[in-house]
Amino acid sequence: MRWMWIDRVIAFEPRTRLVAVKNVSLAEDHIHQNFAAEGDLPPCPVMPTSLILEGMAQTAGILVGSVHDFREKVVLAKVVSATFERDINPGETIRYDASIERMDDMGASTIGIVDRFSFADNAWAPVGRIELMFSHLDQNRAGVEFPEENFVFGENFRTLLEGAGLRKFQAKA
Amino acid sequence: MAKSRADIEADVRDVLVDALGVDEDDVVPTATLKGDLGAESIDYLDIVFRLEKKFTTAEKPFKIAQGELFPENLMTDPSLVEAGKVTAKGIALLKEKVPHVDVSEFEKDPQITKLPNHFTVKSLCDFVQRKLGS
Repeated sequence: MRWMWIDRVIAFEPRTRLVAVKNVSLAEDHIHQNFAAEGDLPPCPVMPTSLILEGMAQTAGILVGSVHDFREKVVLAKVVSATFERDINPGETIRYDASIERMDDMGASTIGIVDRFSFADNAWAPVGRIELMFSHLDQNRAGVEFPEENFVFGENFRTLLEGAGLRKFQAKA
Repeated sequence: MAKSRADIEADVRDVLVDALGVDEDDVVPTATLKGDLGAESIDYLDIVFRLEKKFTTAEKPFKIAQGELFPENLMTDPSLVEAGKVTAKGIALLKEKVPHVDVSEFEKDPQITKLPNHFTVKSLCDFVQRKLGS
């Protein structure tokens, strides 16, 4: 399994906004881990909110990393706020819409909107809002040395990003 | 119209409540950001971003340069810190660069690790007031 919680980049405005989607499948193990069948209660397979958060962190993190062409080691430093108003079920699509609110040499703050597309309703519906802060590790080292190699945006990660279609958008930009 | 001290204090309180998730009643002038309000390193950047947003107006941007509010990079210079203690030169530089931090107590035992203990809610309000006035 690869720790990649977005499937495809669908919109990219350099330095400003990145939108990505993920399709949620009943075949994914994590869907079954929160609310298994218990007694008379049927199972309730839903996308865990912790992993929705991770999907937004990846979407927003890629956006922040792309500003300096992935040279900075961008790490999630703080979940400022995360609110969820409805579940995401198997067969639905998650849309992560991330925007940079503020950025400087030290890091960035982002605002993210999460929606889901339900084929049952044939419509997008709001799921939640996630505000994050990212730190540029080498600018905030406080005496700690990190390797030169960029372990956040490594070679494997770049291959995955190409698969997710970001390069196509970057080439256009 | 210029903001009054009470307005500034109320706005700073809002910023700290949002950034640190603390209770409004805990944000008193003497409260230290680290010790009393539990701020961690990344929270300082969050506070800077929020202050900029809060105090920027259509007429005038409120932009805080790196090291202007918190003396992050000041203290990595070896001539300013010796064996974990801020030198006389370092103290003079603190007074010049971050006058909103009261270093009179810190000077008596200037261990660099204790510097954040002197960063209070009042320091933030003083900083904003001075910056808005200039």
